[in-house]
Amino acid sequence: MLNVTSIWAIYRREMKRAFGTLVQTILSPVLTTSLYFIVFGSAIGSHIGKIDGVDYGAFLVPGLIMLTVLQQSVANASFGIYFPRFTGSIYEVLSAPISYWEVLIGYVGAAATKAMILALLILATSAFFVPLRIEYPLVMVLFLVLTCVTFSMLGFLIGILAGNWEQLQMAPLIIITPLVFLGGAFYELKMLPPFWQNVSLFNPVLYLVSGFRWSFYGAGDVPIAASLGMITLFMAICIVAVWRIFATGYRLKP
Amino acid sequence: MPLIEIQNVSKTYVGGHQALDDVSLDIEKGEILALLGPNGAGKTTLINIVCGLVTHTDGRILLDGRDVTAEYRQTRRDIGLVPQEMPLDPFDKLIDNVAFSRRLFGLPHAPDRIEAILRDLSLWDKRDNRLLTLSGGMKRRVLIAKALAHEPKVLFLDEPTAGVDVELRRSTWDVVRRLRDSGVTVILTTHYLEEAEEIADRVAVIDKGRIQLVQDKDVMMRSLGAKKLIVELQAPIERLSDDLAARGFELEPCGARAVVSYDPSEADGLAAAALAAFAAAGVAVRDISTEQSTLEEIFVGLIGDANKGASS
Repeated sequence: MLNVTSIWAIYRREMKRAFGTLVQTILSPVLTTSLYFIVFGSAIGSHIGKIDGVDYGAFLVPGLIMLTVLQQSVANASFGIYFPRFTGSIYEVLSAPISYWEVLIGYVGAAATKAMILALLILATSAFFVPLRIEYPLVMVLFLVLTCVTFSMLGFLIGILAGNWEQLQMAPLIIITPLVFLGGAFYELKMLPPFWQNVSLFNPVLYLVSGFRWSFYGAGDVPIAASLGMITLFMAICIVAVWRIFATGYRLKP
Repeated sequence: MPLIEIQNVSKTYVGGHQALDDVSLDIEKGEILALLGPNGAGKTTLINIVCGLVTHTDGRILLDGRDVTAEYRQTRRDIGLVPQEMPLDPFDKLIDNVAFSRRLFGLPHAPDRIEAILRDLSLWDKRDNRLLTLSGGMKRRVLIAKALAHEPKVLFLDEPTAGVDVELRRSTWDVVRRLRDSGVTVILTTHYLEEAEEIADRVAVIDKGRIQLVQDKDVMMRSLGAKKLIVELQAPIERLSDDLAARGFELEPCGARAVVSYDPSEADGLAAAALAAFAAAGVAVRDISTEQSTLEEIFVGLIGDANKGASS
């Protein structure tokens, strides 16, 4: 039976930590995203025109939300588990009557929740800058939840595997940001030369951005089924990786 | 039935270092057991295995008849751990941190219980302080408070008074005694043999991953602790008479004290016979006293004997 009290204790503590650092956790990403809208959406976007009948500013919204969600999910979850590893206070979690999977639910649940709150804040902020429409709100929510949970799990893995602070910060920086920037967050796939279009198809984030954009405007770079398939595959890979770590106790239990 | 049964437990770390070698130990309910041993003896590994922080290679551990690995959900609720280091989240408020520990172990929030623990450990006045602002001694007490927050039956203290001042050490001993009196079983590791001598009911000596001896502390002190009879002389002499030397007396370099070691179980009439022998030798005695070996001397002797045995 699930140890709900213990899971809730971890979840609550992680959420409290986020609200304790409100500027870093909430305001900073919202401000950054607003700047993107001003610079790319208004200043540059006014010279680009419409993409598939959508204003460039509005076209940016799903990509910017994805950029923030991926970065924040990974950053929050990796910090959440790495910090107690760093201070040593992880001993308490590991000696509690709670399974590894329950620990995962607590940390990943909190990181995913924070990322979702951010996504909704950015969505609300974008409404001030661009005309928004969401054609498939349920698909949007489904995509958002799956993406937040999956990448929070990836962050959890990074937090367990990281050997120092530099590794912890480098992983999102050198993996997530390039993948999102090259995954169609700011452009449509067919804007690229054919060679780079083919290369981009190997970028898993392209499928996430495309699927999320499809839920807004009914069009994407790849079919929605491919996007859903990719996020499901990503989640499965993360679950297997987490399971291996838990099974062996790697970096957790000597 | 013992509260904790450690049965043939071994631990070999990745890399080949064997930290524990076929360790068996029973811990009775309501006792204070001191686990003594030099650095690297395996004390912390043993504690961490019982608490679920380290995986053992062989053997098994039962708490109240339950396997601590297979039935960890039940057993870990009954175990509290005060680790050797001070692993605390520096930005947490003290009271929040302790309350978190209670919830983490599956118990509902109980402000009254948390307050009682913090008051008992003289931490209540600091409850709203961030942990990073507390002194080392206070942080150590916070760790004890966290370990007690879920009302464990067994408390493991890994070097609980390392690096704290004498006053705090004594107050920690008081806390440990009160816990024992309230029915909590306490297992502590320590480098301070004085600590074990002061508060332990039983002592287990571990070295090189093996239990060397487990005994009631007082029995150990009586059986292994040689006593000394010390005779202070009125005036220094150059040598003892043959009779006194035959009785085992040795003259200290200053010439004013003669000392003989004896078995406490065969001590009847020893002092009177000694006084008579000194009188017969024409040596005036100013004072006579006895001295018991400390636990530290016993411990050093035991480890020394074990090392000699291993090297021969």
